Amino acid sequence: MEHADPEQAIIVVENLEHRYGDFKAVDNISFSVKKGEIFSFLGPNGAGKSTAINILITLLFLQKGKATVAGYDVTKDPQNVRESIGIVFQDITLDRDMTVWEILEFHGRLYNMPEPERRVRIDELLKLVQLEAKRDALTKRLSGGMKRRLEIARGLMTRPKILFLDEPTIGLDPQTRMRMWEYIKGVNEEGTTIFLTTHYMDEADLLSDRISIIDHGKVIISGTSWELKNTLGQDIIYLETNNNGAAVQILRGLPSVREIKEKSHGFTLMVNEDGTKILPTIIDTIRNAGMEITTINLKKPTMDDVFVFYTGKDLRDDGASPARAQHLRAGGR
Amino acid sequence: MVHLPPGHNTFGPGDGNMTYGFMTIYWRDMIRFVRFRTLLVSSLLQPALWLAFFGIAMSSNFDKLTAGMPVPAGAYVVGYLTFMGAGIIAMTTLFTSLFGGIVILFDKNWGLMREILASPMDRNHIIFGIGLSGVTKSFIQAIIIMGFGILIGTAFFAGFTPFQTVIGVAGILAFVAMFALGFLFLSAAIAISMESPEGLQGVITLLTMPIFFASNALYPIDTFPEILKIISVYNPMTLLITGIRYFAIGPDFIALGKHYAYTPMDIAWAFGGLAIFSVIMFIFAWWRFRKAVVT
Repeated sequence: MEHADPEQAIIVVENLEHRYGDFKAVDNISFSVKKGEIFSFLGPNGAGKSTAINILITLLFLQKGKATVAGYDVTKDPQNVRESIGIVFQDITLDRDMTVWEILEFHGRLYNMPEPERRVRIDELLKLVQLEAKRDALTKRLSGGMKRRLEIARGLMTRPKILFLDEPTIGLDPQTRMRMWEYIKGVNEEGTTIFLTTHYMDEADLLSDRISIIDHGKVIISGTSWELKNTLGQDIIYLETNNNGAAVQILRGLPSVREIKEKSHGFTLMVNEDGTKILPTIIDTIRNAGMEITTINLKKPTMDDVFVFYTGKDLRDDGASPARAQHLRAGGR
Repeated sequence: MVHLPPGHNTFGPGDGNMTYGFMTIYWRDMIRFVRFRTLLVSSLLQPALWLAFFGIAMSSNFDKLTAGMPVPAGAYVVGYLTFMGAGIIAMTTLFTSLFGGIVILFDKNWGLMREILASPMDRNHIIFGIGLSGVTKSFIQAIIIMGFGILIGTAFFAGFTPFQTVIGVAGILAFVAMFALGFLFLSAAIAISMESPEGLQGVITLLTMPIFFASNALYPIDTFPEILKIISVYNPMTLLITGIRYFAIGPDFIALGKHYAYTPMDIAWAFGGLAIFSVIMFIFAWWRFRKAVVT
């Protein structure tokens, strides 16, 4: 897809590679994030998203390639990178025996914020994430969603240029997830660039200005959600007939059919035209060849379809990482 | 209300007060120290109980055994309780310090370590902050043992002028601080390198045994076999206890039938030995933290 104008790019990654022993977790990826956008890494667990993010936030040493964040090289100038970013880690990283206020105060002190500014900022943020009433509550008494909101508030404490969110809604219930999306959008509208990793299609689709699908350490495709879906054509038609093999042969000849994928009981057509207009033609073509249609379905491509199309598999949703799942179960720690 | 757009923070390490980063770590560790009430009370009670039970039980035996020993004229004889009181201060400091780094391990697995490591703060401040809070805890414990000890009959600072007592307490705390720092740095280094609290527990248990028993905490080391004696002489624990006895009892006394005489030079050497130990441990911790990757 198109490359961002370097003037506007706030994160630029070129030929990044990272190995754990023989295993290539990140395999020669390049991408850039524009100032002010929400950019998502969408991919299954183990795709290399967290490794990439950990390199950008300077927690992992860069092995090969080049990465600049907020104009600073992560290898040469990690100190300035650290000051320009806020992070919400994948696993909950709160001290369960500290209060909400103490968590934010600690962060402010860690980043050397002067006291008057810390005070103002903590008030602002508690209001933003609606935790004012929980100010003096120990974090172990917070619900999963509250913990996440607190972590987002912490990530914003120092008014970072870029907020990194590693799987921000993993393990949260649907309502809480939607609330989180509202917060994230709100933060973005205030001018913070957001870099997000997720394995939820809906999350990437709903939040992101641009998405990179990543799998096995490689960027498979990048673009806006609309662009990605459009690469699959305008509509997707699913058909089952009494002779799928022959039907596929015939339909390949139609000019508006872009791509056919065979499934276990039928096949899907990706079509360049409005599916509702082309459907009668398809039905006629099959009937004229003396075959019978048993099932028909027509839908707009979703991110799931995009993902399945480009990676050849469904997103394995094996949920939370063990540490986090445990954390949520235990209601803390 | 000040409202600034993202990326417009008005602070940073350029402000020059970044050198106090360790105070943030210290502040947070002290919050935890006072928050866990049971842990706090038990950590303060435990040394007192050692002194009360082990101390009184052992001293009633040893003092009877040594009662018949000839004492040179003019020599100052102290009871076993006084002798081992110094050992209890040292033992408590050792335990508290070796466990002082455990918060790092918890932070690494479940807590704030990623946040801390990804922050602009210099990693050495983590080591200093843990050191400072550990020393604070050891000071509180040492003072409690001294006070409680005097209450149940240890002859600490006996015959001292008020000024000498102040010097004595200051001297003891200086020794405790230097010793505690060394083991706190060691504890921090182990904690940042380990994966599980169980592992850390194992290593610490393994370390405490020889350090405690191959020292002059409970008995004189002169009659040890040669190799054990060499270990004991250079054991930081022995150096600490020597310092404590010098400042709490005096430079010249008899305990368990053995004559102890320290010159100020001996004490300076002991303190120097502890300082060297702490510096080495700091370098070890610095190296471990530099290599630490927590993701």
